Amino acid sequence: MRLSPSDSRAASAAVETDAGLLTVEGLSVSFITGRGRVHAVRDVSFEVREGEVFALVGESGCGKSTTALAIMRLVPPPGAIEQGQVLLGDRDLLTLTNDEMAAVRGRDVAMIFQNPLVALNPVYRAGVQIQEAVLQDNVPRHEAWRRAVEVMGQVRISDAALRADSYPHELSGGMRQRVMTGMMISRSPRLLIADEPTTALDVTIQAQILDLLMDLRRRTGMGILIITHDLGVVAEIADRVAVMYAGRIVEQAGVTELYDAPLHPYTQLLMRALPRMGKGEGRLETISGSVPSLMAEPLGCAFAPRCPLRQDRCEQGEPEYTRLGGGRLVACHLAGRAGE
Amino acid sequence: MSAIQQDRSDALVELRQAKKHFVITKGLIRRTRRLVRAVDNVSLTIARGETLGLVGESGSGKTTLARLVPRLARLDGGTVLFDGSNVHHAGKDDLKAFRRRMGIVFQDPASSLCPRWTVRKSIERPLVLAGRSQAEIKRRVAETVELVNLGEELLDRFPHQLSGGQQQRASIARALVLQPELLILDEPTSALDVSVQAQILNLLLDLQHEFGLTYLFITHNLSVVRYLADRVGVMYLGKLVEVAPTDELYRQPLHPYSAALLSASPPLDPRLRYRERYRLAGDPPSLVNPPSGCALHPRCPACQEHCTVVTPELVELHPGRWVACHRAVELYLPSEAGR
Repeated sequence: MRLSPSDSRAASAAVETDAGLLTVEGLSVSFITGRGRVHAVRDVSFEVREGEVFALVGESGCGKSTTALAIMRLVPPPGAIEQGQVLLGDRDLLTLTNDEMAAVRGRDVAMIFQNPLVALNPVYRAGVQIQEAVLQDNVPRHEAWRRAVEVMGQVRISDAALRADSYPHELSGGMRQRVMTGMMISRSPRLLIADEPTTALDVTIQAQILDLLMDLRRRTGMGILIITHDLGVVAEIADRVAVMYAGRIVEQAGVTELYDAPLHPYTQLLMRALPRMGKGEGRLETISGSVPSLMAEPLGCAFAPRCPLRQDRCEQGEPEYTRLGGGRLVACHLAGRAGE
Repeated sequence: MSAIQQDRSDALVELRQAKKHFVITKGLIRRTRRLVRAVDNVSLTIARGETLGLVGESGSGKTTLARLVPRLARLDGGTVLFDGSNVHHAGKDDLKAFRRRMGIVFQDPASSLCPRWTVRKSIERPLVLAGRSQAEIKRRVAETVELVNLGEELLDRFPHQLSGGQQQRASIARALVLQPELLILDEPTSALDVSVQAQILNLLLDLQHEFGLTYLFITHNLSVVRYLADRVGVMYLGKLVEVAPTDELYRQPLHPYSAALLSASPPLDPRLRYRERYRLAGDPPSLVNPPSGCALHPRCPACQEHCTVVTPELVELHPGRWVACHRAVELYLPSEAGR
């Protein structure tokens, strides 16, 4: 089902369903380098439902962006998708031809990036770039222009008709991110992938962009997959969250459950490493050691060398997922008992 | 530690009506000169041993202000005093002496360390320039890297062989190697992951505790500044709009811009997602053509006609609470505590 942003009746219906929109199943991505194979994404599975904001969160190098690129089939060489499925509805995007996949991008799945100044073409006016996207649907040029201006209004650009004639360098950072978002939603995709969409922005502008994403989700019923390192952003907009570490999802939960009671020791430490207190009111916890090399697949739990709760068995086998109530998943031998 | 007053005798750094303007030229023959007031009439005192946090969004002038202290940028008006002496009137040798008493750590450690020098060479450099003996250089480097928990085996590597956290430790070591009194920290953790950020913040607290260092800490992250700063200065478009003890600012901001910053900053709790927010309209205006009167007025929810005409001065509304807003007395702004 394709939704037009103006079709609010259909949109509100879509928000209430929790039909699967995107299903990623057993996805693995490796980069072949001169020094060996880097296992960037290992056996990642999750589902984004219609009208849902799903967050992939983790620190740099955990594989979250590579996962997003793999869904779009945009993993740059020498990276390659080794195995897995990326189901959009009942189509596996990984089995499509390049032409078929090109048609999916923008129409069914769209993606916005961290730095809109790099992603936008500096020599074309903002409106023209959005129009260009709309033209993919074989609509007349004047109709596409009208739609471009309309979309700019939807992403809350004031004086949209005027701003459509601006070049990217004439726009502020927040405005550029709106233009890019506008371009991406102009064809009413069912899924929007947002890779660190607010990382380059100031906090008041970040709040505006997050509001905008929430508003678009509500009005169009599209699903949003947000990739971020920022647990503050996750708390503001995600419905469900997957935490990644060393290429693997280590915990998955509803957002409130995750913040109330993180189960994986890594998630717990990450939450306690966030400054939430004033000077002299406490001390931040740190995680000892550093992220392991992804060259060799770990024998045991990838987090074990840094884990304060490590036991002998943690270094022997990589933990399976333990399923808990409410769709919670945790990959820890101490599952469910780590918080005790 | 939190109730540090602006006692002049205790001041290590003092800015008096400091101004820094940049001239923008346009076109082939470089006419259309326009003035950007990057730092506009800022007065501020940093007491010995305290951490002053400077917050504000990009382009607010935080970094330019910090660069005025070691005279990395020339003043266009006002004075900057370090330990009671005028830095900007100092002769060449005096300036060097001043600068040896200050260290700077920048945001991106990868680009602030020389890529073609080993980490050891970068850390040694200030000592070499200061003309210290070989024996002393060796001793100081060893002491300093131990202080910042940088493994000595990393000293002979190049910056690209280090992780982001290790690079930032190396930068801090370089800033500390001459045992300065003041450390200027310009977004030192913004490029780092959360777990590494926590290590660096704790390190900074420990170093301050041990050596009584004074910090000028620049950041856009309000959680970080709260964890580290005794007092906070909030900047908007080149002006200081509020200065307050950190806990008081978070409990009760007095300037609408401070309130909006606090309100926009994610509270790390999904239950507070639908909190009442204090919002500013639109984007920050251009520095080249700032609004008349109070620079915030086109975005400010509390704006009145008076605000569009008259620029408010920074005044001490309550002891230790400085604010530049015509309506500060009557406004009751939302705070963190109100969440």
